[in-house]
Amino acid sequence: MSLTAFPMTTISSHPGRLEQGPDRLEITGDWTLAHHAALKKQVSAWRHGRSAASKVDLSGLAAVDTAGAALLVELIGADRLRRIDDLAPDLPAAKQALLQTVAKAMAVPLRLEQSRVSPVIAFLAQTGRHVEALWRQQRMLLAFIGLTLATLAATLPRPRRWRITAMVAHIQQTGLNAVLIVSLLTFLVGAVVAFLGATVLVDFGATIYTVHLIAYAFLREFGVMLAAVLLAGRTASAFAAQIGSMKSNEEIDAIRTLGLSPVELLVLPRVLAMMVSLPILSFIGTITGIIGGGVVCALMLDIPSTQFLAVFERDITLRHFFIGLAKAPVFAFIIAVIGCLEGFKVTGSAQSLGEHTTSSVVQSIFMVILIDAIAAMFCMEMRW
Amino acid sequence: MVNADQNPLIRVRGLVNRFGSLTVHENLDLDLFPGEILGVVGGSGTGKSVLLRSIVGLHRFNGGTVEVFGEQLDRLSPSRRSEIERRFGVLFQRGALFTSLTVQENVALPLIEHTGLPRHDAEHLARLKLALTGLPPEAALKFPAELSGGMVKRAALARALALDPEILFLDEPTAGLDPIGAAAFDRLIMTLRDALGLSVFLVTHDLDTLYTTCDRVAVLARRRVLVADRLAVVEATDDDWIREYFHGPRGRAAYQANQLPQET
Repeated sequence: MSLTAFPMTTISSHPGRLEQGPDRLEITGDWTLAHHAALKKQVSAWRHGRSAASKVDLSGLAAVDTAGAALLVELIGADRLRRIDDLAPDLPAAKQALLQTVAKAMAVPLRLEQSRVSPVIAFLAQTGRHVEALWRQQRMLLAFIGLTLATLAATLPRPRRWRITAMVAHIQQTGLNAVLIVSLLTFLVGAVVAFLGATVLVDFGATIYTVHLIAYAFLREFGVMLAAVLLAGRTASAFAAQIGSMKSNEEIDAIRTLGLSPVELLVLPRVLAMMVSLPILSFIGTITGIIGGGVVCALMLDIPSTQFLAVFERDITLRHFFIGLAKAPVFAFIIAVIGCLEGFKVTGSAQSLGEHTTSSVVQSIFMVILIDAIAAMFCMEMRW
Repeated sequence: MVNADQNPLIRVRGLVNRFGSLTVHENLDLDLFPGEILGVVGGSGTGKSVLLRSIVGLHRFNGGTVEVFGEQLDRLSPSRRSEIERRFGVLFQRGALFTSLTVQENVALPLIEHTGLPRHDAEHLARLKLALTGLPPEAALKFPAELSGGMVKRAALARALALDPEILFLDEPTAGLDPIGAAAFDRLIMTLRDALGLSVFLVTHDLDTLYTTCDRVAVLARRRVLVADRLAVVEATDDDWIREYFHGPRGRAAYQANQLPQET
């Protein structure tokens, strides 16, 4: 079948025109969306300084769509077009119906008053809103932590309500599936720290202390920190997106109306899974980081692996390892809780889902670093 | 309204759709003629929505041909295909409004993207379309999440009508509306059809919609179109499913409800 059987409106179309006769207005050609800009110019030029057309001749009107009809309504006036039978009795019924329908719809004014606020006031109002939102967010986080702990306390004595399957599934997603990326990343950072240490220490002839640097850095800070930041990016966002899309799909409401607790069903398995995964990942990260440093020591700094291990065993106490690992469950808890809470805050729209997913990552990384800084100061004061 | 002499706007021939081992459509034929409202009915899982998605090009079918305006969408270049797609509008079952845009921006989007109208003009036209679908002016600046189910349907219809399409596809337009809202929506579709000269492809479960609006009804069953004709002919077809559908308690009630205003 050829195209000509269904001509496009834009092909072989005569742009609509507005011609002023001696005592009347002649409207001809196609009044369609394709010619909207040109027609609008003609209409506003004609209307300039005039109220409404006296006599209108619509007989030359070829094609018309809603956009063109809207311009005609502006030109001729809604009231007159609604009595189109008198105005243009020989216009085909379909076009009459279209003009009447559009005229009827435009009887209600389409313009909307949008209130304008001065930019200074808007800026101040915005700042105020942000500060208030920040305050409310911190209170909400504390409340949610409380709710999670209370639910955990209520669930612990009842083994029948432990969600073992869900928890194991989350351990796989958050823990097992992240092993490779965590190991690779900490290995590389370990190598970088070894180079960095060597560059500074070689001037003092103390290259051997690179071993101490790597050990302290990874046992106390980097192993757990890198794993936590990675999981904050990888898992907090996943939790926020999962729970957020459930929220927009009213699944959370469904859980509530079934008499179940969304915190028990969704939050606890995720939080507990994270608290299992992150310590294990921190341990793996610490080991691979030290291996990364050790490889650089062996290949570039002439510290063979036997000497590396000997220095390690002689000078580094087990305490550093425990200080590092003790932070892991705290980080895990805060990352998981923030991820879940941001998910619950999602309100329907795709925009909101994006905002809260982003917010979950930013907040959890911020909290991880904040808690780590406080812990470092605490340990220094305690001389641990 | 129906003009069967003209070339059909949509011509489906020998359509085959399979999902794994499940065959949904086998040798399905269907036409949509200019100016008609065609109702497509069928039990759950008979592939009404799949048929709609096959026609508008959202679903890649396994066999047969689908011609829209005499062209096979799946064989066109992307730019030519976009030109054809501009000539039909689709109302999805749940509205599918863009949640991050206001209602007015939702409707203005295709106008701005396809016609290059300035934003101000496009939004003015968008408010006109919203008024045409019976939404109050205040709704224009709201976000889809702030609207009721009926208003979402109307706003989505306004977006489907944005480019003055020639064919309107409606997927369960009255599902989830209260009876008053549903009846108003039926009337709205008829008014717009008459005013804008639309052809409507309507997938529905709503018997009232069938009786009040449709010129022809196509029944999907046993992987094909059993019958596609005026309602009276369809009702009289000798088939178990059709008998149960149209002569069950709900079918009878809808039939009687539609007869009353005509008798008095």
